Amino acid sequence: MAEQVTRKPYVREVPRMLWFLRHPRYMRYMAREFSCLFIGAYTLMLVVGLKRLAEGPDAWAGFLAALGSPGAIVFHLFALAFSAYHSITWFRLTPKAMPVQIGDTFVADRVISGAHYAGWALVSLVVLWLAGAF
Amino acid sequence: METITSDIAIIGAGGAGLRAAIALAQADPRLRIALISKVYPMRSHTCAAEGGAAGVIKGDDSLEQHFNDTVGGGDWLCDQDAVDYLVQEAPKELLQLEHWGCPWSRELDGSVAVRPFGGMKIQRTWFAADKTGFHLLHTLFQTSLQFSSIERYDEYYATDLLVDEGRCCGLTAIEMRSGQMRQFRARAVIIAGGGAGRMFPFTTNGAIKTGDGMALAYRAGVPLKDMEFVQYHPTGLPSTGTLLTEACRGEGGVLLNKHGRRFLQDYGMGPETPIGKPVLKTMELGPRDRLSQAFWHEQKKGNMVTTQWGDAMLLDMRHLGEQKINERLPLVRDMSISYMGVDPVRDPVPVRPVVHYMMGGIHTDIRAATPLAGLYAAGECACVSINGANRLGSNSLTELLVFGRRAALSAMEYLASDPGRGNSQAIDAQAEAARARVRALFQKSGGESIAGLRKEMMHTLEQHAGIYRSGEGLSEACATLAALRRRYANIELHDKTNVYNTDLLQALELGSMLDCAEAVAVSALERRESRGAHQRLDFTERDDARYLKHSLASFQGAAAPRVDYSDVVITKSQPGVRDYSGGHA
Amino acid sequence: MSERTVELEVLRYNPETDGEPHFQRYSVTCREEWVVLDALNHIKETVDPTLSYRWSCHMAVCGSCGMMIDGEPKLACKTFLRDYPGVIRVEPLAHFPVERDLVTVIDDFIAKLTRVKPYLIPKEEKPVAAGEYRQTPAQLKRYKQFTLCINCMLCYAACPEYGIIPKFLGPAAISLAHRWNQDSRDGGRAQRQEEIAATEGVWECSFTGACSEVCPEHVDPAAALQQVKIKSTVDWYLAHTMPWLNK
Ligand SMILES: Cc1cc2nc3c(=O)[nH]c(=O)nc-3n(C[C@H](O)[C@H](O)[C@H](O)COP(=O)(O)OP(=O)(O)OC[C@H]3O[C@@H](n4cnc5c(N)ncnc54)[C@H](O)[C@@H]3O)c2cc1C
Ligand code: SF4
Ligand code: FES
Repeated sequence: MAEQVTRKPYVREVPRMLWFLRHPRYMRYMAREFSCLFIGAYTLMLVVGLKRLAEGPDAWAGFLAALGSPGAIVFHLFALAFSAYHSITWFRLTPKAMPVQIGDTFVADRVISGAHYAGWALVSLVVLWLAGAF
Repeated sequence: METITSDIAIIGAGGAGLRAAIALAQADPRLRIALISKVYPMRSHTCAAEGGAAGVIKGDDSLEQHFNDTVGGGDWLCDQDAVDYLVQEAPKELLQLEHWGCPWSRELDGSVAVRPFGGMKIQRTWFAADKTGFHLLHTLFQTSLQFSSIERYDEYYATDLLVDEGRCCGLTAIEMRSGQMRQFRARAVIIAGGGAGRMFPFTTNGAIKTGDGMALAYRAGVPLKDMEFVQYHPTGLPSTGTLLTEACRGEGGVLLNKHGRRFLQDYGMGPETPIGKPVLKTMELGPRDRLSQAFWHEQKKGNMVTTQWGDAMLLDMRHLGEQKINERLPLVRDMSISYMGVDPVRDPVPVRPVVHYMMGGIHTDIRAATPLAGLYAAGECACVSINGANRLGSNSLTELLVFGRRAALSAMEYLASDPGRGNSQAIDAQAEAARARVRALFQKSGGESIAGLRKEMMHTLEQHAGIYRSGEGLSEACATLAALRRRYANIELHDKTNVYNTDLLQALELGSMLDCAEAVAVSALERRESRGAHQRLDFTERDDARYLKHSLASFQGAAAPRVDYSDVVITKSQPGVRDYSGGHA
Repeated sequence: MSERTVELEVLRYNPETDGEPHFQRYSVTCREEWVVLDALNHIKETVDPTLSYRWSCHMAVCGSCGMMIDGEPKLACKTFLRDYPGVIRVEPLAHFPVERDLVTVIDDFIAKLTRVKPYLIPKEEKPVAAGEYRQTPAQLKRYKQFTLCINCMLCYAACPEYGIIPKFLGPAAISLAHRWNQDSRDGGRAQRQEEIAATEGVWECSFTGACSEVCPEHVDPAAALQQVKIKSTVDWYLAHTMPWLNK
């Protein structure tokens, strides 16, 4: 082969649309991201509830009744499952984003995630208390 | 052929090359610096150094003691003026590294920490856990990125020096990604090409350590000095040759034979020291040559454990405990588990001596200058000589900093004398000849295989130029190596393309190694004494009357090298007895 | 000594003779304790000298030998054959152009590394003769993990964002910038922010976490990136809600 310039780097194309199908860890990531759709939907529902409340007692009662429908219950179950999944995956990641160093050791990951869980439980209790559960 | 013009060209971007480049860029920002390396700088083998770098910093230490340890460790073959310069500059260089951000391990008060090392009477080895070379290299590399006057030519393989009117005027190199030959014109050249451990089959050295830098200078007429001194490190993993740093012993690890005896006490390095309380310059903290030799004797006596990779001794670190091992020797633990399946926290690790370092190299003076005007050398490829007949662990990282910088300063002084660039046409013709020589390899069809010749070379050196040598064996080695060099003329490339042709590169590397290997064997045959790492079964004593001298092997083309001798510089330490027996010599 | 015949399927590409890459099968007798790199070396020595790949240290520290092994970015010198019972597929690192066979073009990474100013920009100037900057073990610990990057670029090959948006600075470059920002001796954060807090800097990261899963040195680049995000966010809020803090 003669001495001549023959460089021709080959670029492998990456799928742009369904890239997350390339690897299970990408799919797990998509599941985490996807789960937030339910959280969004739930928030939207709360906003609708607020609007109904503002429209008067009848509208509010209708809203409450709608919440009791089988469809709404299924939706709530999904929303609960997905938001739990979302929170757990994020709490698992918190030690990365917020390392706490005391002296020359880092606080163990468990402790940081644990603190988040504890915070979560506390807020839930407060909400339940406000809602008059106790 | 494309020509790249600069003021100074540096071959090699390991610790020594990078240190030189930064020194130049800092001293004069107008200088154009070409930094040429066959691998990306951070791949250079400096990254593999684990243990540390020696430099006097603590109050209980003194330059004089560092000097004495180094000169005695080198069996008085060191040039003492050079050692003086080394120990004086060492703390400054290590501090400079600190100022560039090297993550040195620290004491509680924030000062740098030091650890004990073999052959050193005082703790003076600076370390960054057990990845000192890695941190040193990355600190230098990243620091170099701020200087735009350093033009890097990564993955360029230097093939020849260009010499005109007795001056070095540049080099030729293959751009590996295109396969094109390039001509580098410079007013001065610094070689920092690293060691040549790959001549041996069992080595801690990475694939790139093929002695190219030494061969470049050697073929251009610069002698190779003290090539017979090849250091074996006592503790390599028998499976891969991967090094377990001397710091294992510095931290308190001990060496056992198959009966569980700390056998070093039987070879003049005792009395036995208490487990977990290492005493400097005693037992496991003796120098590398002595430890490797003791292994050889124990092996002859059948006292070694047998592994599937051959005989081994045991490195026991269990008493250090998991926490200390994780903190100080994390890499050691990781590698023992990965490559041997042994966890040092739970079991002793089998180890055996392994080729580690070339004390010899390109003949330079204390200014890092070679006899060829305009050519400088530093790092493992050079022989100043501060290592003498046996390098002390943790002196070479220091050496590459001190003399990397020194080479830069000397080259600048040389430029100030306005040496000119030589006759352009004559140099062009040389570059063209170098290109033609490489292209000719593509045409050959002699049928000799690169891997085949390489294997024979490795086998020859291992058999005859190992820990113990004899006149008979060395004569045989010289004959075999001469024959291999002849056969090299008939090698055949299988890959005749241009882009990233590693077949071609391996052929060229083999050429370098064969030349260096012959210099090792011939120099070893000529040295009829035992000193440091060069131990002759037929001449067992040190012979200062005849051989307190550096050997200088000069290239003679196809013929074997000529060996001359030059005096060792002795300023204040007269040759004495190397004492590692617990006494404090 | 146990030996085993191993089948490797290696991506081959020679720009001078091939229009595009193809796989080549090699069947070699390997020792049980070998890593993939040993198998490649064995192939190069005894079967096919034309195979090109990078390697040097054989101890997972030089960062040369990153490749895709059965679809995962791995160091060939630390990937044991014994962990792969079937045919082993070896390809060049994903997301980088292929120069030849298993050798990739890494100019992009080198350029990005240079851009983030990965060197000490001293907080206070101090002559070398005045001795070392004091740094306690605790201060060292704060950034130590991020110094361990060997520039192997496995994280780039794992990062889906980098695959789609090649302009993304990427995990290793940002982690190294963060390493210097976290160093008690350094005062250069403001100078590095321009690159790393830009859109194509850390904000391109969607926290897939793949980089940290594949990093052979446990640098945990994903952690570095999230820390950079939090700090940059805090910066932004401080600048916008407490303008008096701006000089
Ligand atoms: C496993 C191991 C552990 C060690 N531990 C220690 C220790 O704890 N303390 C200590 O003091 N020493 C130690 N050493 C020794 C020390 O690391 C080396 O001697 C030193 O790093 C060599 O540095 P260098 O800059 O001379 O060469 P290298 O870092 O090897 O660099 C050589 C450079 O030359 C380039 N090059 C070579 N040939 C060519 C060519 N033909 N064209 C272009 N470029 C070329 C290469 O690309 C590379 O950039 C150790 C060595 C090993 C192998
Ligand atoms: S962060 Fe880890 S994976 Fe990425 S380049 Fe550095 S060492 Fe490699
Ligand atoms: S060969 Fe150096 S990292 Fe694998």
